[in-house]
Amino acid sequence: MYCQWHNFKDVLSIMIRTIQIKSFFVEIGELTYFAHRFFKELFSKPFEFKELLRQCYNIGNKSLLLVGVTGFIIGLVITLQTRPTLEEFGAESWMPSMVSISIIREIGPVIIALTFAGRIASGIGAELGSMRVTEQIDAMEVSGTNPFKYLVVTRVLAATLMLPILVILGDTIALYGSYLIENTKGDVSFQLYFNKVFNVLAFGDIIPATIKTFFFGFAIGLVGCFKGYYCKKGTVGVGLAANSAVVSSSMLLFVIDFIAVFVTDIFFEI
Amino acid sequence: MDETKHTRKKAEANKSKKLMLEIKDLRKSFGDNHVLNGFNLELFEGENIVIMGKSGSGKSVMIKCLVGLMAPDSGTIKIMDRNLLGLDQRALDELRSEIGFLFQGSALYDSMTVKENLEFPLRRHKHKFGDLTDTTPLVQEALDSVGLVHALNLMPSELSGGMKRRVALARTLILKPKIILYDEPTSGLDPITSKEIIELMRSIQNKYNTSSLIITHDVDCARVVSERMILLIDGINYAEGTFDELKTSNDKKVKAFFK
Repeated sequence: MYCQWHNFKDVLSIMIRTIQIKSFFVEIGELTYFAHRFFKELFSKPFEFKELLRQCYNIGNKSLLLVGVTGFIIGLVITLQTRPTLEEFGAESWMPSMVSISIIREIGPVIIALTFAGRIASGIGAELGSMRVTEQIDAMEVSGTNPFKYLVVTRVLAATLMLPILVILGDTIALYGSYLIENTKGDVSFQLYFNKVFNVLAFGDIIPATIKTFFFGFAIGLVGCFKGYYCKKGTVGVGLAANSAVVSSSMLLFVIDFIAVFVTDIFFEI
Repeated sequence: MDETKHTRKKAEANKSKKLMLEIKDLRKSFGDNHVLNGFNLELFEGENIVIMGKSGSGKSVMIKCLVGLMAPDSGTIKIMDRNLLGLDQRALDELRSEIGFLFQGSALYDSMTVKENLEFPLRRHKHKFGDLTDTTPLVQEALDSVGLVHALNLMPSELSGGMKRRVALARTLILKPKIILYDEPTSGLDPITSKEIIELMRSIQNKYNTSSLIITHDVDCARVVSERMILLIDGINYAEGTFDELKTSNDKKVKAFFK
């Protein structure tokens, strides 16, 4: 009897795992189709320029303070944490070079993209989700406006365009934060600090890092819209959509980051 | 017997009127759940038809099929002599400008003011009004029809349930549709506000000479508004007639709606 129950539990757990794996791949397929529809609608008329500008302003403006504060703290913390180790080896003069490379190449884009995902993907997921459950998306379709073009295309495009600008801004603030610590602890002038920064930075550091932020922004906008647009189960579904938008887009960021670093390694020889 | 004669007379009178909407053998299933099993309907110009049915009987599915929000499995839907199911997206959008849809929960756009909500349908259908440069007179006329001109710059969150429903009605009216579809227009409203909405539906029909298809559970609404009623049970037209005919029916299933 015990053995039969044990077998049944095993079979049940295999079935559940199979269903979970299946639903994961189904979701990947649906997301791919959603992305395909995005590109199809992106290049077809009518273009929603006014709504795109409104979304760019909303998404960029909403994240400005968050990105600024995050960038500033990244700069402060990295410098404070690294300085004692470099001091031990008498290599404090390498501080600006080390901080700038780590911030521009990796830490800045990834951390700012993650905070952006937390702010924007959840916001888009919740907004579109509530529009879906309260039939606002249906109302839009009935009134002759393509809701996918008006709601999804504009938001994904705005996130894709705004994140690189925010990352550049965040990186700059992070470097300034790092300079403040260097100035306080090591009496380094503004000119000297940024001379060292620009001497060490090459196109191979800045261009790939900036290009990958377009992909980060696209992924965050796409996943947020996907989760919200197909939201089900009423108000509970809205919460789930917001939550899974953040989780899924954050996961996707790391996958894209790995691919970006891999490709950069081939073309730029890091 | 007299009422049957009345229905027949009414049907004969309708023959002279223009057929606005015709549904034939409409079927829709979700997996093994057969929601519509051959539903039929004819709606004539200026006519009000009420459809009643239990929750989950397929009323909302049927009404969503009429505006292309859902595709039926089979059957035909003709709206003003145009076969809805054969239309491309552009033609469908054109046809939609002739159909007003009042959603159950009003479905006002949260992020827009009342004015912007009303202007939204005009984005794609401005050409219907010729060389339209200023939308304000149209917005004010629609809001005036529902008695809410003062709410022009309010946000939906600042409106009561009844006001939201009236603004939603104004939004359906702005394109001057020939057919209005009401999805439970009085649900979630108190009896007094419900009565106001019902009166408004009557006055709108008189003013704009629209044909209306009303889905409701509200017997009072059905009594006041309907010229004909259809009971949708098991996905088919189970019973059809005037309010009084159905109310006095001896059929158990029909009686259950009027208890």
